[in-house]
Amino acid sequence: MKDYKAKDFQALNKQLKKEAIYTCILYALFFIWWYATAYGFADAPQRVWGLPLWFFLSCIVGWLFCCVGVTLLVKCCFRDVDLNAYNIEEIPDTSEKAGEEL
Amino acid sequence: MVPVLCYLFILLGVSWYVGTLQKGRSFVTEYFLADRSLGGFVLGMTLIATFTSASSFLGGPGVAYSTGLSWVLLAMIQVPTGFFTLGILGKKFAVISRRINSVTVTDFLYQRYRSNAVVIGSSIAIIAFFIAMMVAQFKGGAVLFESLTGFSYEVGLIIFGLVVVFYTAIGGFRAVVLTDAIQAVVMVIATVTILITVLLKGGGSTALVDVIAAENPLMLDANATARPTILSYWVLVGIGLLGLPQNTVRAMSYKDTDSLHKAMIYGTVVVGFLMLGMHLAGFYAQGVLEGVPANSDAVIPMTVMQLLPGFWSGLFLAGPLAAIMSTVSSLLILASAAICKDLILHFHPRKSPSDSNIRAISIAATAVIGALTFLFALDPPNLIVWINLFAMGGLEAAFFWPTVLGLFWKRANATGALCSMIGGVGTYVAMGQFGINIMGINNVCFGLLAGLVCFIIGSLATKKPDKEVLLTFFGEEA
Repeated sequence: MKDYKAKDFQALNKQLKKEAIYTCILYALFFIWWYATAYGFADAPQRVWGLPLWFFLSCIVGWLFCCVGVTLLVKCCFRDVDLNAYNIEEIPDTSEKAGEEL
Repeated sequence: MVPVLCYLFILLGVSWYVGTLQKGRSFVTEYFLADRSLGGFVLGMTLIATFTSASSFLGGPGVAYSTGLSWVLLAMIQVPTGFFTLGILGKKFAVISRRINSVTVTDFLYQRYRSNAVVIGSSIAIIAFFIAMMVAQFKGGAVLFESLTGFSYEVGLIIFGLVVVFYTAIGGFRAVVLTDAIQAVVMVIATVTILITVLLKGGGSTALVDVIAAENPLMLDANATARPTILSYWVLVGIGLLGLPQNTVRAMSYKDTDSLHKAMIYGTVVVGFLMLGMHLAGFYAQGVLEGVPANSDAVIPMTVMQLLPGFWSGLFLAGPLAAIMSTVSSLLILASAAICKDLILHFHPRKSPSDSNIRAISIAATAVIGALTFLFALDPPNLIVWINLFAMGGLEAAFFWPTVLGLFWKRANATGALCSMIGGVGTYVAMGQFGINIMGINNVCFGLLAGLVCFIIGSLATKKPDKEVLLTFFGEEA
């Protein structure tokens, strides 16, 4: 089986691996924020709207942080890809066409 | 009562309309995957509506009522899971499932591992765990119906149980995701309603927190829930969700990458709002609720009954009901796909994909599983949250590694996948059965760990996957 798109598909796989890694990094950042603020400020006496500071930072700011983070993630790190461009069924057709052109 | 009935009729109407659209397409892809046509909003909403279930609207806020803010902290672990799932698996699954024309997760696993044993194992896991989860959801819904309308448990179960089974059977996956989108909006409205009501009643957030803190200062303590327990939830309702078939199948169903990107944003915003809003409402309820609720699931319904006038409480009821129905419908359509596509069609392929038999079998399979679940729910097992979490952990143990390593590790093969499914689920269930618990860590962590070890040993001990499989999945031979 000669897959003329194999190179393209490998390149796509590289890009998708990158996107998966960026996603993991954002996930890890959220975890660190969540953990550090919740337990780091656990004894802080300040209150926001009556809620303890740790809760405000970890759960409310953390959520906003997550929303901004994911927006940046898809705008800056993710690429648009044609999902149908890698279908295998098309391979025989295109190889015939390539033969005609020659 | 009136708003709820109107709402149920709208859902049936959507499904009926969708059912009329089915003609003239490839039936299986349409019925089980909505022809891979979801846009960003619908994809985001269906993903979160599926994992926002009875426990997020009733069980979880109920525990926040008795435990306090540390439980809200725990609930927030679920916020990033939507973008995590879609960001890691979304595109790869979409491209590969088009490449091999797979419609279900089991389909994908078969193409990757070329093993009928994997097909059977994964189908059994889906059917067994999904039915357990659906029974728990049905039970939650019927109890809620009972407490808010005064109708008996059975009547409640019949009314909304039949509606959800009916609309799923007729409309298939497209009806499931469209109703999910509607239900997500309803959940947001319900959350806003209860949060505002509780805050108004209690004289604002500051006053409420003061009342609660005076009663029991532990309610404000981040360490009130043991840290190993809370951290292990990062696996159970965090990373582990990556493996759930009801999430991954959605990664096959969307239209283009723009939809995926939008869904990641919308999903994160909305799920964060729901989790924070509902759990905070449960926490605030501690300061306004009169009397002692019978159990944690009763906290939210009791609060609604005490604070909201009739019409509004009916409107609110639609919220948790939506959470439950959207979860049940998603599980039901996948359980049906497991029987119909993965077992019947896989082992007895039909010649023509538009075979009218397939349509009959699919709709019948959905209806039969729905009816079966309904019967189980009539004589219900206890403890919604527990069953729900047990089934979820089992599914994660079964599917996490075969899915993730199948996509990203070239050396992964059928022996590894099988060992992982058996070892992972076996460890998880055995630990639960024998009551083994280490430092309060949820057993799913050990299930996943065992699954990983079994997967690696099983794969490395046997030979590499075929060249053809490697070309299909990675575009290279070694």
